[in-house]
Amino acid sequence: MKKIINKPENVVEEMMQGFAQTHDDLVHRVGETRVMARNYEGKNKVGIISGGGSGHEPTHAGFLGKGMLSAAVFGDVFTSPTPDQVYEAIKAADKGAGVFMVVKNYTGDVLNFEMAKDMAEAEGIEVDYCVTNDDISVEDSTFSDGRRGVAGTIYVHKILGAMAERGASLKDLKTTAEKIIPEMKTIGIALSPATVPEQGTPGFELNEDEMEFGIGIHGEPGYERVKLQDSKSIAKEIYGRIKKAYDLKDNDEFVVLVNGMGATPLMEEYIFMNDVLALMKHDGIKVVKKMVGDFMTSIEMAGLSLTLLRLKDAQWLKDINEPVETPAW
Amino acid sequence: MDAFTNTIEENKTHLSKLDNPIGDGDHGHNMSRGVKAASEALNSTPPKTLSEVFKTVAMSLISKVGGAAGPLYGTAFLNMSKYIGDNETLSKEQIASMLEEGLNGIKTRGKATTGEKTMIDLWEPAVNHFKENGTLDASIIDDYVEKTNPMKATKGRAAYLGERSIGHTDPGATSSGLLFKTLIDTAGLS
Repeated sequence: MKKIINKPENVVEEMMQGFAQTHDDLVHRVGETRVMARNYEGKNKVGIISGGGSGHEPTHAGFLGKGMLSAAVFGDVFTSPTPDQVYEAIKAADKGAGVFMVVKNYTGDVLNFEMAKDMAEAEGIEVDYCVTNDDISVEDSTFSDGRRGVAGTIYVHKILGAMAERGASLKDLKTTAEKIIPEMKTIGIALSPATVPEQGTPGFELNEDEMEFGIGIHGEPGYERVKLQDSKSIAKEIYGRIKKAYDLKDNDEFVVLVNGMGATPLMEEYIFMNDVLALMKHDGIKVVKKMVGDFMTSIEMAGLSLTLLRLKDAQWLKDINEPVETPAW
Repeated sequence: MDAFTNTIEENKTHLSKLDNPIGDGDHGHNMSRGVKAASEALNSTPPKTLSEVFKTVAMSLISKVGGAAGPLYGTAFLNMSKYIGDNETLSKEQIASMLEEGLNGIKTRGKATTGEKTMIDLWEPAVNHFKENGTLDASIIDDYVEKTNPMKATKGRAAYLGERSIGHTDPGATSSGLLFKTLIDTAGLS
């Protein structure tokens, strides 16, 4: 294991300290907790929180700030945060209008966030939530019942964040989240594995000439392991599967996200986006927004994911394009 | 609670060992962290009411156990605390109802039922047995724990293994068995 760290058991703590100091114009750490919150003194707006295991940076704290998240909870690397910590995030985000939680579909995350919701409600804070499950590559996996929640989740953060900033109610946010979630679909691929610092060994093994389709953001197995392919062939495979998962209509408009998993250079992400856009152009599918970059990573895994979001509502695109003040959007 | 802490400590390695083939091998150590925190919390600021005792245990388990076991045990103790309310002593019938509330919490939180190779496969038959007979003993508990061995997991981390989960005793049912055995010894369930 080759990493720029001090002690493996201190990675989350030290990352939080570094993050809070770097972005002190936008965020602050809540006491000694595992919670980072947006610098905001306003009242009567719904707070939006997210969180999960660490190792997916800039998710989740990178999206804290005006127009996006109010608080983010840091679990240990690839491990769900505990309910008391999620509850701290709810308290930090509560400005009198309730708190909405964006949870990715992993058994541990769902359990712990639901538990925190009960704790907050017992103290009189109104809480609602949604569970994202955009990864269409496998139905059940090591950490989830049903499909996993992955990179598409950032669009839920972004659209709901814009709505909350305008003063949307908890109920409005829930309704919109439930509409967005079925419209986003993602598939990831890996060329090489990630190593959780405290474990010290890679989460899985891939030979030098192999790659895996459908990998999860914790290195959970995908649907097929093959010899390494070129970018065009990879694009054809995963874009093809995602396209098939939609019941396409003539006037459908899409947002396309190519997300790096941590160790893949932007150069390759742009090459891949070029190939995806060529295929979509060939299919006559309208793309109204494109994004390339590392938004939801898997420590130092090499690979990327492709997310498509079909815009069922014209307002979604406006909300995605709404300017924000965050460390990472 | 001190008795349960001691039992968990004695069986810590055994529980983690059970968790190894079908989970991530940390159940015993996670439980140990939780029950120790609960004992410490109860000893440092002794709660004034029985309900508060259960609530304190719940909060310690929730914040220290982690994974799925933390919220599941935490919910069970929170529900039991709510059931106790202002009561300071409980009849056998009330204890049965209290345990049933705990079981309901686990079912709701885990969205699981019996036969899925989880701690519910210990809680449900044990609670039913106690309700019907007014007694429980360690050998009955052991019997329920063992019955999870041939089950195929359909909930929890072990569900991912499908058929391969058969032939392993469920760690959650085992730790719950230890809790019930402690209650038999200390809370008059026998």
